[in-house]
Amino acid sequence: MGAFAYVAPQSVDDVVAALGAADRAQVIAGGTDLLVQMRSVDREPRTIVDIKSLAETNRLDIGDDEVYVGAAVSSALMNENEALCNLLPGVTEAGDLIGSTQIQGRATICGNLCNASPAGDSIPALIAAGAICDIANANGGRELPVDEFVTGVGTNALEPGEFLLGVKIPRPAAHSRDAYLRFIPRTEMDIAVAGCGVSVTLDDDGTCTAARVAIGAVAPTAILVPAAADALIGGKLDEAALQAAGEACTAASSPITDKRGTAEYRRKVVAVLCRRAAEIAGQRARGA
Amino acid sequence: MAKVHVTSRINGQTQEFLCEPNQTILEVLRDELGLTGTKEGCATGDCGACSVLVDGRLICSCLMLGAEAAGKDIETIEGVAGEELHPVQTAILEHAALQCGICTPGIVVAAKALLEKHPDPDETTIRYWLAGNLCRCTGYDKIIRAVQDAAKTLAHPA
Repeated sequence: MGAFAYVAPQSVDDVVAALGAADRAQVIAGGTDLLVQMRSVDREPRTIVDIKSLAETNRLDIGDDEVYVGAAVSSALMNENEALCNLLPGVTEAGDLIGSTQIQGRATICGNLCNASPAGDSIPALIAAGAICDIANANGGRELPVDEFVTGVGTNALEPGEFLLGVKIPRPAAHSRDAYLRFIPRTEMDIAVAGCGVSVTLDDDGTCTAARVAIGAVAPTAILVPAAADALIGGKLDEAALQAAGEACTAASSPITDKRGTAEYRRKVVAVLCRRAAEIAGQRARGA
Repeated sequence: MAKVHVTSRINGQTQEFLCEPNQTILEVLRDELGLTGTKEGCATGDCGACSVLVDGRLICSCLMLGAEAAGKDIETIEGVAGEELHPVQTAILEHAALQCGICTPGIVVAAKALLEKHPDPDETTIRYWLAGNLCRCTGYDKIIRAVQDAAKTLAHPA
């Protein structure tokens, strides 16, 4: 029978070593999911490995080619970064929808990703933005597209001894922007009934040349919907294209019925969210 | 279980404490340091009664480990008033913006943090900022009025 332990390694290698050394080790970043689980759901002792002392996990860089958001960067910090909010409004607004001011002061989008809830708001937004997971391990690390990272309800692709260092998001080009919308029965502090992230790239005439659409809370994991993107590409985000994209989202979804909404309701709502998010992303792309 | 030795600044004073690796900073404040002004409500980050500032950032102390406080600056409700009550505290008294009082320390800490970031917030901003501070007594309106009043006092001290 082990005991609880807490370590805060000062390098990526030391984190990997700490994860390998304990019988049971768990990474803490913002801790907003972990502490609730550790204190009420699964109380078994473990080594808690704090990754917030690393320079790498605290990185929030806007580069020429990519934006890097380290695993220790809180949602509040992201939303205070005006350049980031202008460049990736869909990703930042998804983080801004999760929990209260207090939660956003600690919670991270990388933690939201690792926690792998079907309703995690930042996951569809990150998939739509084409984010890549930067995974650290003992073999020099690896990268994985966000849409391949979440493997099921509450499970992810991290192997033992691995942890998520951050996410890399391709820097949106001119006339390219994203948006994320979710539906909840209240206006704040609730879990998505359905969510949709859309990213579009327009040419100078306003014709959509590239798009990514991802939906959340309507399947065991957030999923990319290529058919919805195909419906948007080649046109000017007109009524017919928005309608077709929404229908593609409905077709791709496989929701459950629970206290937040019936499966039938979720299938309808996800189409509406897709249309509206695509319109917002289009407006932003025209102005960018 | 090996205890963790932590040094933090709490309300401006350097403090050392020992905590269990899985003990929250809320438990440390209340049970180890005798700072019982910070309340435990839900213990799952939903109610905001345990709100404190860590390096100036508003958080729920029930969702942070004591061990994570090493090197951090923590401000609790005990650090809010100086010689006199803070304008947020005075406004809450004057507007009767409390009944049972369990949520009040968290609301004071959160509202003070709001006014430091947004000195002149509109009602929507106040309501969203305080959405993570649950109150089962007041119906919130009196709290909102108190925060608006405190903003005026801070902008134009008597």
